[in-house]
Amino acid sequence: MGAFHSRHVENYIHDLAEKTGFSVEQVEILHRRFKQLSRDEDTLQPEHLYSIPDLEFNPIRTQIVAAFFDKRNFDKYSPQGTVQEIGFEQFLTVMSHFRPLKLRMTEEQREQLRLEKLQFLFNMYDLDNDGKISLEEYRQVVYELLSKNPKIGNESASIADAAMLEAARTCMGQMEPDQVYEGITFQDFLKVCYSLFVSQASLGFSNEDLFVKMNGFNP
Amino acid sequence: MQCNKFKECSSLLVVVLLICSSTKAEASTNETASTEHGAHPSGFQIVTFKWHHVMDPYIITLWILVASIAKMLFHMSSKLTTVIPESALLIFIGLLLGGIVWGADHSASYSMTPRLFFFYLLPLIVLDAGYFMPNRQFFGNFGAILVYAVIATVWNAASVGLSLYGVYLTGVMGELKVDGMLDFLLFGSLLSAVDPVAVIAVFEEVHVDEVLYIIVFGESLLNDGVTVVLYNVFDTFIAIGGVSVTGADCVKGVVSFFVVALGGTLIGIVFAFLLSYISRFTKRVQIIEPGFVFVISYLSYLTAEMLSLSSILAITFTGVCCQKYVQANLCKESATTVRYMMKMFANGSETIIFMMLGISAVDGSIWVWNTAFILLTLLFIAVYRAIGVVVLTWFLNRYRVVPLGFIDQVVMSYGGLRGAVAYGLVASLDEARVQERKLFFTTTIIVIYFTVVLQGCTTKALVTWLKVKRSEHRDPLISEKLHGRAFDHILSAIEDISGQIGHHYIWDKWESFDRKYLSKILMRKAALKSTDKILDVFHDLNIKDAITYIAEGERKGSLAFIKTPNTDQLVNVNFHSSKQSEVDASMSSVQKEGASAICLDMQTVEIRRKSLRDSEDVYTHHLLQQYLYKPKKQLKYKYNRHDITTNEDDTQEKEIFEKTMKRRLASFKSTKYGVSQSKKVAKHCKAAPSQNKRSDEMLSNGGQLVFHNPEFSDPEHPHEYDVISNGGSNFISNVARQAPGDTYNGIDNPAFMLNEEPVALQALPPWATNNDTVVLSQRARVQMPWSPNNFRRLMPLRLSGRSTDSFLLADVPVPEEKPLSFLPERTAL
Repeated sequence: MGAFHSRHVENYIHDLAEKTGFSVEQVEILHRRFKQLSRDEDTLQPEHLYSIPDLEFNPIRTQIVAAFFDKRNFDKYSPQGTVQEIGFEQFLTVMSHFRPLKLRMTEEQREQLRLEKLQFLFNMYDLDNDGKISLEEYRQVVYELLSKNPKIGNESASIADAAMLEAARTCMGQMEPDQVYEGITFQDFLKVCYSLFVSQASLGFSNEDLFVKMNGFNP
Repeated sequence: MQCNKFKECSSLLVVVLLICSSTKAEASTNETASTEHGAHPSGFQIVTFKWHHVMDPYIITLWILVASIAKMLFHMSSKLTTVIPESALLIFIGLLLGGIVWGADHSASYSMTPRLFFFYLLPLIVLDAGYFMPNRQFFGNFGAILVYAVIATVWNAASVGLSLYGVYLTGVMGELKVDGMLDFLLFGSLLSAVDPVAVIAVFEEVHVDEVLYIIVFGESLLNDGVTVVLYNVFDTFIAIGGVSVTGADCVKGVVSFFVVALGGTLIGIVFAFLLSYISRFTKRVQIIEPGFVFVISYLSYLTAEMLSLSSILAITFTGVCCQKYVQANLCKESATTVRYMMKMFANGSETIIFMMLGISAVDGSIWVWNTAFILLTLLFIAVYRAIGVVVLTWFLNRYRVVPLGFIDQVVMSYGGLRGAVAYGLVASLDEARVQERKLFFTTTIIVIYFTVVLQGCTTKALVTWLKVKRSEHRDPLISEKLHGRAFDHILSAIEDISGQIGHHYIWDKWESFDRKYLSKILMRKAALKSTDKILDVFHDLNIKDAITYIAEGERKGSLAFIKTPNTDQLVNVNFHSSKQSEVDASMSSVQKEGASAICLDMQTVEIRRKSLRDSEDVYTHHLLQQYLYKPKKQLKYKYNRHDITTNEDDTQEKEIFEKTMKRRLASFKSTKYGVSQSKKVAKHCKAAPSQNKRSDEMLSNGGQLVFHNPEFSDPEHPHEYDVISNGGSNFISNVARQAPGDTYNGIDNPAFMLNEEPVALQALPPWATNNDTVVLSQRARVQMPWSPNNFRRLMPLRLSGRSTDSFLLADVPVPEEKPLSFLPERTAL
């Protein structure tokens, strides 16, 4: 941790803060957490994340952890495929999708942040990275979210189907019988769930500004 | 309605009995006195009527019986208790009974004495709350809890007292026999404790937010203690005499406040340590094991009382600190006993308290009316509570990750009910010192009634109204619900990853200290091992499992842990299968979940009904509401004095755990085709082709290939479910009957074949299982012996050395002939 305070590192942090939109303190906090998670290594591997006890019982843990190693979420230049391990910068970039809304933020910036979050969610669904959420992909996530009870079993599929149908209805209007809806594109996805973000009251998006007071906490 | 009548009848009956006995007691007092001590009985009497001999315990027991019966009757009509809180109903019953007794002999023979309250009733309630306290949340939000419990309470006391004094000086209240400000402050302090039982009940139904919940809950516990301390300080001041209180005394008062509070806490911790340590060695005397918990906790209460420290805080912290070790040390039966007894005592005490509150009020000699004083007290209490909450919340929100919202604040301020503590304190006022005791008493009773009955009944309506007003009337799309929930999980995961919530650092430090030293001293060796080893092994397995998934996914170019089948793109919305199980499903939800889900769900249903949309849609929403995994926040830690809820969280965690295990197995299976659940079948299956093939191919194999059909609309399934919840013994036969011969046709969604098959084995309903960690492994074993042979053969290929061991370990203890043989015990709830 000693090296962390050298001049060079300070610049580095400032750069990162600039790039990701976090404040310097937040970057430092996250860096400490990163070190803690990676057991003082420079890179983070999936198993490090899997070993977080709180995360253990998240039903979509696998997908979430995978998202951290998905290039789409941190690599602007070659958003393809996955990696084995990520460095702090990548970690920070992924986390930055969830950075706090600041009070001074303009409406566009807020908009941007919302889009980032939705993109993250979309990427999580879109497993094969073809820009569309296909029915199987959708079903998979629904299954993870839902298969609490054995009884629900095959209904998770029909719920996914229904949701898919709903998306199709919302986006394509009335469809011809022979028309095929191939999958939810990001544009469609926005249409379907954008209202979620605008109306914060509904459905638990109230903690959108998750890190608002991150400085206040001393990890 | 019928049961209401029944209620009245039976309570009347008991009352009549009581009156008879009490009047008889009056009459016979003289007689018995004379017969016992005076003349010799005229001869040998075979049977004598010795009412006087048993009178006191008899009456007490009768009271308890009446209260219990009343409670039982309230709950016969589920509607009644949702509209009027139970506490209000009990007060009514108390008033009724008191009225009858009063009418019979014009004297209030029974009232709750402060001694009864503080020595016997209150400790049980507080201990219960402490013992069931979710520690991590409690200490994670300790700052906020302290702010509300201490500052808000002091603020309530001071503001109410001073305002009343101010108004008194203007002369609106007329002439009161008070010494001055101190009397009012004393009065303010005894009214300052907020009893949030009603608030908690409301939270459970309308708004479940973990943080707010724990804050309110923690506040309720600590502020009782704070109130008593405050009360004692002012009481002492009055004893010294209002005029002669010097500055030094004030300083001493403040010091004593802290000494009393911290000292009580310390006593509690010491006794918790003692209790935990003793519970290490109680293995041989299992029968009295539960007794230790109660006796030592009570001893901490009495000790603190003896040292004039805060006894409430002492017993609270005994409960909070000992729970972990006690639960680990006691054997499972004792732990269950402790849990139930704790609830029984607490619930019973609460019932008696509220009924006594009603009964005690029926006594003409205690009532002194002063309209201005009473009305102003009511007003000040409500207003200052609201101000306190808003200001403190504003202050806290500056430091909180998740700010407390508007509705939360409204609920907190409106839900500022005053409860039994206020009554106990006012009843213990000394009339010689506080001359307006009667007025204070009257006002306190009215405040309690007003808040418990009026506010208690209307809080829920208010919140519903506010909520409705705030949230727009639009039917959420199914996809919105799904995405919303998915996003909640992501956010919760991000929180976990960033480690921001709940002061992880301190907590981690504490955990490691606990592991290194405390647990070693306070836990039995066996308990230590059982918590560590088994879970660790499975934990490791889980991690490895997940990693292999990803690795495998990467090898295939995508995260291909979905088995992509060649389904048509046709969207088949098939709801028919679901209809059958609808009733059943809603039933189980009632059992499993608190009212929250149902409440929301009802709303959905209602809105839907209005818009006359598809009933199928309603069902889907219903289903979503019930079965979506909840993010941690919404779920954890519902404290309810009225029942022991199996922590749904645990169930959920267990299920997720099992799901991962299931997938593990599935991944083995996908390499070894056609594994299925019973050995007989397995033989056939070896010959069977890949399960990846289309369903029609499977059909062609129909006779031999037994897949457990994912289509649970099959009449078999609900049936099987019932059987299981009835108890295990039929289960085996059921499985046995079902396994060999049945053939199913049609697989609706081949996409889910892979994951669905093991369901049959996992069909134990989640709520029918124990919460014990050991059970996890046991249950895992149920799934393991599936096809042990296959595993062994596969192992070199598929498993690393370590997990091989654990698999073998898991296999061995279960006799292969009847792998499900232990189920009966397991299912016993």
